[in-house]
Amino acid sequence: MHTLPHANRFPAPATIPSAVATSHPLHLTPFERGILAGDLGPATQLALRIVVRMGKILGARELVPVASSHIDGCLYHGDGGVEFAERLVALGGRVRVPATLNVGALDLLNPARVRASDRRRRMALRLMRAYEALGCAPTWTCAPYQAGHRPAAGEDVAWGESNAVAFANSVLGARTNRYGDFMDICCALAGRAPRTGLHLEEERHATVVVDTGAIARELRGRDVFYPVLGSWLGLAAGERVAAVTGLPATATEDQLKAMGAAAASSGSVGLFHVEGVTPEAPDLETALGGKAPQEVIALAPEALRHVRDRLSTTAAGKIDAVAVGSPHFSMSEFARLEALLDRHLGDERPARRRSSDPHSPDRSSPGAPLAVPFYICTGRSEYRRLKAAGRLRRLEEAGAKIVVDTCVVVTPILPPTDGVLMTNSGKFAHYTPANTGYGVVYGSLEDCVRSAMRGRVTREERLWS
Amino acid sequence: MELRGRIVHPGFGGGRVLALARPISFWGGVDPATGAVTDPRHPQHGVGLGGRILAMERTIGSSSSSAVMLELLRNRVAPAGIVVGRPDAILVLGILVAEELGYDTIPVVQVDPGVIPNLAAANGRRATIGEGTIRVE
Repeated sequence: MHTLPHANRFPAPATIPSAVATSHPLHLTPFERGILAGDLGPATQLALRIVVRMGKILGARELVPVASSHIDGCLYHGDGGVEFAERLVALGGRVRVPATLNVGALDLLNPARVRASDRRRRMALRLMRAYEALGCAPTWTCAPYQAGHRPAAGEDVAWGESNAVAFANSVLGARTNRYGDFMDICCALAGRAPRTGLHLEEERHATVVVDTGAIARELRGRDVFYPVLGSWLGLAAGERVAAVTGLPATATEDQLKAMGAAAASSGSVGLFHVEGVTPEAPDLETALGGKAPQEVIALAPEALRHVRDRLSTTAAGKIDAVAVGSPHFSMSEFARLEALLDRHLGDERPARRRSSDPHSPDRSSPGAPLAVPFYICTGRSEYRRLKAAGRLRRLEEAGAKIVVDTCVVVTPILPPTDGVLMTNSGKFAHYTPANTGYGVVYGSLEDCVRSAMRGRVTREERLWS
Repeated sequence: MELRGRIVHPGFGGGRVLALARPISFWGGVDPATGAVTDPRHPQHGVGLGGRILAMERTIGSSSSSAVMLELLRNRVAPAGIVVGRPDAILVLGILVAEELGYDTIPVVQVDPGVIPNLAAANGRRATIGEGTIRVE
């Protein structure tokens, strides 16, 4: 059975330990059994061994071929992860399906952006290089769907990174569970995933209906609504699949990505439907799979307002930085930001008054239009397009700091203070306090621009009153 | 006290029982270098998981918890065994990867969720896990 001469250097266990006494066996095809026997080499063998063992734990009856993978395991958490990735490389591993890479812990295009010890930098880079050596595309973005990686509706894939999972399932109609570190690369190497959960048609039907009809129509059309809705949804739905009704048919991809990212931060949402908008919800009945929902929730304005308030740890006063771009900023979001800068920077230059503030490390350069650092996290795909279009200079002159390949909550980028960060991202709002030590204020993109100019929280409250 | 459960990951382990008062996300909640609970909002903030028979109803949070589990095993500050009340795939994945890398691994047993409070009552007592059986002295 061992057809490759080097297979014996890394002997597999004689039998796959039966991890859980499931009531039914996991059926493998002859091809899959061949992989387990080493037919495709020791790395593929190891990867499929883990996929099969996980499949048994999850109660899968069979494996499903996957068409692509998005891999989250390239973010450095410790040396064990580096050892695993380098082991796969040493075993000759190559992904069997197209695979994109999520953010790493470094900004490779502008290394000084990230503060890290030499050792941490070296290990983080080794991890990233190992994943490249396995054949993954060095996209380094949490929004691969903006970098051309867009699986077709109904296609089974193995994606990691919670926002990307929510987007692939909900907005694109592809089928993936929430694969994380190790499982993502094992699925990509094996080309298989356990056929369970959201790979199954019946598990994709909504069991909860959320009616947003009581929320002001104007708010439902605004960008600032969607991260709050998502954050509420994560808390209310947990890991259940919800169908949301009452959203405008004009809801944009940027709005849905922001909603999914927030829902996957506050809860374990891997899939949601929006009636009349997302591909598996042309109407409510279809989203529910023809069954009655377990629960129908009428979203009350007060409940939404409560969640909006909880996204901030402080609501007024001085801010020390702004960060946008979680998920990574899209080209259309850059266009909106540029329009806001054009509109607001024309009539007000208060930064000149603040530029000498001695308590404000890493302020924008004196005379810069923005009073505090304005971080825009994005992918290198967007960065290159901006550069090619000559749009970077305008942003940088305004005081924007573009962070590429990573973001401000997964690696140390923000100045080391216990300051306050303002953001328009529900995901940043969720992770900022624990991961950076900063307090956080949530507002719209326009709120962020106006606050960055003044160095103080300036929010449009009218929509929420 | 003797409890039987489903073997999620085989093995033997012994230590004092540590019943988690609330679920925890290992990523962002447990220090991979020391095994201590780092989530300041968790009631057992500061307690070390190393060498304990960890009993919890379920795991929550990020799938990067698999990576934290691997680091705990690598740094030899992992629990001596884990008892869960609901199926867990995230921590077990870290254990499977550790096994592939040749690290020492730990047993994971799934019991009826109603049994977890019995273990909470045994908090601090010595216990062993083997062949899907948990014995509390």
